[in-house]
Amino acid sequence: MTRFVNTTKGLMDADKLRCARGTIDNENEHTTWVEYYDGDELVHRSVDIVLKKGTEIQATEAVLG
Amino acid sequence: MANSQAFTNQAKLDALTAIVPNGDTIKAALYLTTASIGASTTAYSATGEVSGTNYSAGGVTVTHANAASLSGSTAVWTPSASIVYTAVTLPTAFDCMLIYDSTRTNAAVSSHTFGAQTVTAGTLTLTMPVNAAGTALLGIA
Repeated sequence: MTRFVNTTKGLMDADKLRCARGTIDNENEHTTWVEYYDGDELVHRSVDIVLKKGTEIQATEAVLG
Repeated sequence: MANSQAFTNQAKLDALTAIVPNGDTIKAALYLTTASIGASTTAYSATGEVSGTNYSAGGVTVTHANAASLSGSTAVWTPSASIVYTAVTLPTAFDCMLIYDSTRTNAAVSSHTFGAQTVTAGTLTLTMPVNAAGTALLGIA
């Protein structure tokens, strides 16, 4: 079954493209991306960023006296 | 049981609820690596924002079906769905997402950075962290 990929040139057969994948993993994120190349030309790049944590502030109170 | 000094959990929850009211329209905009989004950002601005095919200035609306809540003694809030930019081409490197409240005159809420990325005729998905103390997208501990 033909698998199509949305590209800068419209839908293309994934099997006729070169695929590259990459990953970033650190304390803040786990990110994966997939790239498709038509020859040397990048025609598709999608990114999935999984945020591991957000921002947190610390509530503080003054000591009386 | 002894008395103790505390910033009460209820006050933390009230504060976070005021920052991201449940009925407001919360949006997420993306910024180039050359922008200066951070703690001093007061409101959404198109300056330094990404641009490209199928990306609308101002970004996308965030799904937040859940109000701020308490996780232990920490008030937490996290969007209830991933933030997705579909079929976009964002050719210039970006590394920051600004969360802002478009109902409250685009007031800035928080900024979140990640490794620099580009997107080509593809989809950018930002999957949210676990909505709990220590991991929620926003927390007041």
